[in-house]
Amino acid sequence: MIRHRSAVWAWVAAMAVACPACATEITGAGATFPAPVYAKWGEAYRRQTGISLNYQAIGSGGGIKQIKANTVDFGATDRPLKPAELAAAGLYQFPTVVGGVAPIVNLPDVRSGQIRLSGPLLGDIFLGKVRRWDAPQIAALNPGVALPRLPITVVHRSDGSGTTFLFTSYLALKNREWALRVGASDAVSWPAGIGGKGSDGVAAFVKQTPGSIGYVEFAYARQNGAGTILLQNKAGHFVAPGAATFGAAAKAANWLRSPGNHVLLLDESHPDAWPITGATFILVHRRPSDAARSGQVLRFFDWTYDSGDSLAAGLDYVPLPRIVKTLLVRQWGALIKADGKPVYVGR
Amino acid sequence: MPAPSLSPATRGAPPGHALGEIAFRFACAAAVTLLLAAIAGLIFSLILGGFPAFRAFGFGFLTSTEWNPVTDVYGAAGPIVGTLITAFVALLIALPLALGVAIFLVEFCPARLSRALAIAVELLAGIPSIVYGMWGLFFLAPWFAAHVELPMMSGANIFTASLILALMVLPYMAAVFRELFLTVPLHMREAAYALGCTPFEVVRAVVIPSVRRGMIGVIMLGLGRALGETMAVTFIIGNAHGLPHSLFDSGSTIASTIANEFAEATSDMHSAALIALGFLLFVMSFAVLAIARLLLRGARQ
Amino acid sequence: MSARVVRRRIANALFVGLCGLATLIALAFLILILWTLFSKGFGGIDRAVFLLDQPPPGSAGGLRNAIVGSLIMCAIGMAIALVVGILAGTWLAEYGAGTRAGAVIRFLNDVLISAPSILIGLFVYELLVAPFHGFSGLAGGIALAFLATPIVVRTTEDILALQSGTLRDAGMALGASRAFVIRKIIWKAGRTGLLTAGLLGFARISGETAPLLFTSLGNLNNNYSHLTQPMASLPTTIFQFALSAYDDWQRLAWTGALLIALAVLGINVAGRLLAREAHRP
Repeated sequence: MIRHRSAVWAWVAAMAVACPACATEITGAGATFPAPVYAKWGEAYRRQTGISLNYQAIGSGGGIKQIKANTVDFGATDRPLKPAELAAAGLYQFPTVVGGVAPIVNLPDVRSGQIRLSGPLLGDIFLGKVRRWDAPQIAALNPGVALPRLPITVVHRSDGSGTTFLFTSYLALKNREWALRVGASDAVSWPAGIGGKGSDGVAAFVKQTPGSIGYVEFAYARQNGAGTILLQNKAGHFVAPGAATFGAAAKAANWLRSPGNHVLLLDESHPDAWPITGATFILVHRRPSDAARSGQVLRFFDWTYDSGDSLAAGLDYVPLPRIVKTLLVRQWGALIKADGKPVYVGR
Repeated sequence: MPAPSLSPATRGAPPGHALGEIAFRFACAAAVTLLLAAIAGLIFSLILGGFPAFRAFGFGFLTSTEWNPVTDVYGAAGPIVGTLITAFVALLIALPLALGVAIFLVEFCPARLSRALAIAVELLAGIPSIVYGMWGLFFLAPWFAAHVELPMMSGANIFTASLILALMVLPYMAAVFRELFLTVPLHMREAAYALGCTPFEVVRAVVIPSVRRGMIGVIMLGLGRALGETMAVTFIIGNAHGLPHSLFDSGSTIASTIANEFAEATSDMHSAALIALGFLLFVMSFAVLAIARLLLRGARQ
Repeated sequence: MSARVVRRRIANALFVGLCGLATLIALAFLILILWTLFSKGFGGIDRAVFLLDQPPPGSAGGLRNAIVGSLIMCAIGMAIALVVGILAGTWLAEYGAGTRAGAVIRFLNDVLISAPSILIGLFVYELLVAPFHGFSGLAGGIALAFLATPIVVRTTEDILALQSGTLRDAGMALGASRAFVIRKIIWKAGRTGLLTAGLLGFARISGETAPLLFTSLGNLNNNYSHLTQPMASLPTTIFQFALSAYDDWQRLAWTGALLIALAVLGINVAGRLLAREAHRP
């Protein structure tokens, strides 16, 4: 064993030396929501260019933390940073895709997409103020539906998440008491209910508990065949979650005049808009220390703007409007610089 | 023949080997120093990282149940209580089972079957904890929710988490109990049988008393393991931060809270609170281990 | 037959029954869990699992990058653990036996064994990830070393302490130096036990998830040569896939879990066979 030890050490030393091939891998970390589509894009990109993408879904907060600590090439977050936060950390953010958060329910004898709820009522349910499915507030919105005589079990996320941020931001917008008592964030102090780990944990708990209601990224609702609801949007219509309604919200948003690209697609006024829609964002340094790396990151996302739409749609994500993409690429050239020169100038 | 070296370090060393002797001893001591440095570093980093939380909340950190990342106010009572309850309930479930298995394998089971079963039980110990978590989430919790009639509950609660924990410490405890029982000299058992004792009485009067201290030590070690288990519990405990009102309420443990929230914690106080939780967990494991040590040392003599 | 004897017989029968019941219950759970593992994971074991890297949802793939990453990081962990662990265990058994310092160090070693692995992950993050601005397979390997070393230390000390004192005396009487006695005689005599120490350490770290989350991060690609870059590992990949919405990812998760369980099983069996070899006269 001792004879071979030196060989082992030599091997370890050889492996540890950074090799020029390292430059062909981009590392990013953050939100779980876009992880599937980033992986899909990464695979296609590598086939075309030979450059690999390594994206790890450690959560939006993790993405913010790691890009600030400069341990990754880009961070990803479902919760956009406010302009002040961006400035303080020297970061720039831009959106990549749009998706929605869907409340899911487990109601025996009620079809998926049959129950109608409104924003304020959703808030009351998650506050624990409305405790039964046959309560008058719910019956008022659902005339003619045989509501089950079950208590409501609220299921929320136990881990911090951008999905939670979107959902609680929506509740804070529509329900005054929620805004005062709980607030909006990646992780909040939930007044009621149990916590599942990840959207999958939430979906699993809802599936096994009759009379429960939770919220998940739409991909989970679709893949698990969970029961979805109709939510009343700003225009007063009851809409179902899906690519069409997310896209409607994305179309109506004020992309072009939001400082720091801080855009929340909540409660948009389009008649078909899904109220709990949001974009997911990438964070990079405005003055990156490694210009080549930063350029690689931007080139990758420019490629996804051009060629990634169909792949994203296949996984239930909604691409950004074309005009927004053009604007963003122009922003990169203007704002992300190393030594005074733009890191990437687009095709 | 040259005079033997009189220096203590190299006494007895053949001439010319003194350097090798010193080098070897130095290498061993260096390894031990490295080990010590690692432990010290761990403790130090926990204290340093958690200090802001302790300073901000003081002793109230241990008693407050409010855990609010929005307002940056943290209190560890919920996770602490959850950790203690799940560990104790897990032991309560695992202990009689582990004892029963060990006694059965040593006293009542034919030798070949006993060896095979002992191996089988140890296999349980090898299953990665994440499998327990997945199994708990996808099988135990739904089964529980469907078959156990209780008001207002789901399968994600302290009891199911304790059950999973019990399944995890059971094989370890059973294996060590079995080894302990095997150390009881055969002649003591035979003497008891010669006096006409039934196997039950032999176990009760001879086997258990002679390994009692060792058993308690093993229990403490199992407790220590249950305190720190992360993955299996995180999936299934429901993660509510307040004090649980009943065994079938959702709760949280220190380990599950850290696993859930550390990667996402962007505010410094949130990170500090989580590391402070880690320090508390470390102290708990340390205390349990110290007691186990005291007891086991007595048993070894 | 007196009433007392009858009572004793009944008590005995009850007791045996309860113990048997306990064994049955424990076995039932074992079978249940293993059956779940096999039924969900076995179907996924094919060449692709070992030849292809992890896929995005909807594409074909395997677990190659995770398996390779786990092997590499476990190898690093075990290399460090064996070197440091055997030397430290030797010190405790030989030079430090019976001393006050030895007792303290032994205790502290046990403290490290029972330290929750997630705390080790936090520690190595602060030590090797944050200051160097990067997740790395090396950091992951070192985190695993932290977990395996104390086990190797304790097992080594136990094994060496068991070695007969007459062996030592005989060696010294022949004029060998202490180091020589230890290396050539005591280690050799206990080599099966030392190997068991290594196997135990390996079994411990092969299924660890929490410490790797904060140190090696994970990698979608097969990183077999850049230790200073993030590296995938089987437990973390399983963790991510199991919690996803996609069927093919979940199936891969169960397959990966089965692979780890089989590996640990194999190690246990190997350890036993080795022990039996050693005891053969």
